[in-house]
Amino acid sequence: MLYLDNLQIMLELPIYLDNNATTPMDPRVLEAMLPYFTNKFGNAASRNHSFGWVAEEAVDYARGQVAKIIGATEKEIIFTSGATESNNLAIKGVYEMYQQKGNHIITVVTEHKCVLDSAHHIERIGGKVTYLQVKPDGLIDLKELEDAITDKTILISVMYANNEIGVIQPVKEISAIAHKHGVLFHTDATQAVGKIPVDVIADGIDLLSFTGHKLYGPKGCGALYVRRKNPRVKVTAQIDGGGHERGMRSGTLNVPGIVGFGKACEIAMEEMASESVRLAALRDKLEKGVTVMEETYVNGNTQNRLPHVCNVSFKYVEGEGLMMAMKDLAVSSGSACTSASLEPSYVLKSLGLNDDLAHSSIRFGLGRFTTEEEVDYAIEVTKKAVTHLRELSPLWEMFKEGIDLDSIEWAEH
Amino acid sequence: MAYSEKVIDHYTHPRNVGTLDKAKKNVGTGLVGAPECGDVMRLQIEVDDNNVITDAKFKTFGCGSAIASSSLATEWLKGKTVDQAMEIDNMDIVEELALPPVKIHCSVLAEDAIKSAINDYRVKNGFEPIQLEKSHH
Repeated sequence: MLYLDNLQIMLELPIYLDNNATTPMDPRVLEAMLPYFTNKFGNAASRNHSFGWVAEEAVDYARGQVAKIIGATEKEIIFTSGATESNNLAIKGVYEMYQQKGNHIITVVTEHKCVLDSAHHIERIGGKVTYLQVKPDGLIDLKELEDAITDKTILISVMYANNEIGVIQPVKEISAIAHKHGVLFHTDATQAVGKIPVDVIADGIDLLSFTGHKLYGPKGCGALYVRRKNPRVKVTAQIDGGGHERGMRSGTLNVPGIVGFGKACEIAMEEMASESVRLAALRDKLEKGVTVMEETYVNGNTQNRLPHVCNVSFKYVEGEGLMMAMKDLAVSSGSACTSASLEPSYVLKSLGLNDDLAHSSIRFGLGRFTTEEEVDYAIEVTKKAVTHLRELSPLWEMFKEGIDLDSIEWAEH
Repeated sequence: MAYSEKVIDHYTHPRNVGTLDKAKKNVGTGLVGAPECGDVMRLQIEVDDNNVITDAKFKTFGCGSAIASSSLATEWLKGKTVDQAMEIDNMDIVEELALPPVKIHCSVLAEDAIKSAINDYRVKNGFEPIQLEKSHH
């Protein structure tokens, strides 16, 4: 306890360990953005005066920074309001553009809601969607993917890395299968860009969604990469208007946001190599530190995983209750109690986890500003909280008495 | 969503955590909820010859509101007669803890746990179990 108290004195609480939800903005990004709120306020589409030219120039520069981090060219970047819009545009836009060719798309049950709901939209307007299951480690089965392709398939959409468990899908292999069958490949790379190397050429990606606020940039600004060569890909605009962004996304450009997004990409690219090593070491320390307790389980594949995330189930304690006990730590849980739906995380359930383990999960998301002292503190707080709640848990008591919980007839409510 | 002060108080300093000897004839045990649903409550009462609840203990697997609801229930149970305990309504718990609508099920579970413990005690002592309304989840 003394150790904890000593640590606490040095730390600013609460500690933010939810960097998969959003990241704080890097001060360098804010600095780059500020002039574009005030004296450089022009509309990038104003072609006939210097205010417009200054804004346009800033957007062009940022477009280069954003393109570079994924190995694309400037003309392949469509700025959007964020990854949700990018995913909507990619899926609905490809479906509308290519529906003469076919009406079938393939995606995965562990995708983000905005991909799944866009897919549901496709079904409502007459399309067909295959939702691939995942293996217990969260990765898709490539044979299942290939078997799902029909002559009507126009798009495969598989996320680069998962937001809840961090597992990285075999993107190169997926794109090879897609292209072998003449199918476009879209990936939601929101969690991956800026954290691990992503290269649209080497990875064979046709469309890619990402956003600023997951890589220490501003909220409200994202991008969709749309390939221009081999093959040239087009999407039908989902927002009509002045024909901005090569006609694929109308609306006055969010110049300060775009400038910040660009700067954030530049910084992430410069620092990724060293930062990913640092974060992986801290993450491993955290994971090792909390899994020394019995009946704790790491969710998802730990070999192909983002460096900064780990998702752990602490059996016999409930996630929301646990987060309440970890009150100085900002983390998230797959527990039902944290959502309005009262259903535990569909991602964890799709791994084959029993609902009780899904209810017991905590996601730790480390970031650029996470320190080793914070990780040390997080380990101690987590262990203390789990121990405390297990003392309160009737399930823990039964487990300790050797009672098989599956043998009890629970009154599901 | 922010928790009410009373929830935080019960959560941080839960009253009457523990286990009574369920083999004893004057101890009634209620175990309600399911691990799959994310909450399980075990509530126990010890009853004296005058039908008064002299002790109550709980253990709960669940969110802060579930833990607070069961902690509050044990506090309320002590000193009541079994008949008085039957009168505890989940909405009293909701009011006392200022539970938001999404957490009402925690109070319902606590009421179920009380009634289930009382029925266990009744059956052990040769009384008919009280027919409970179908739970209102």
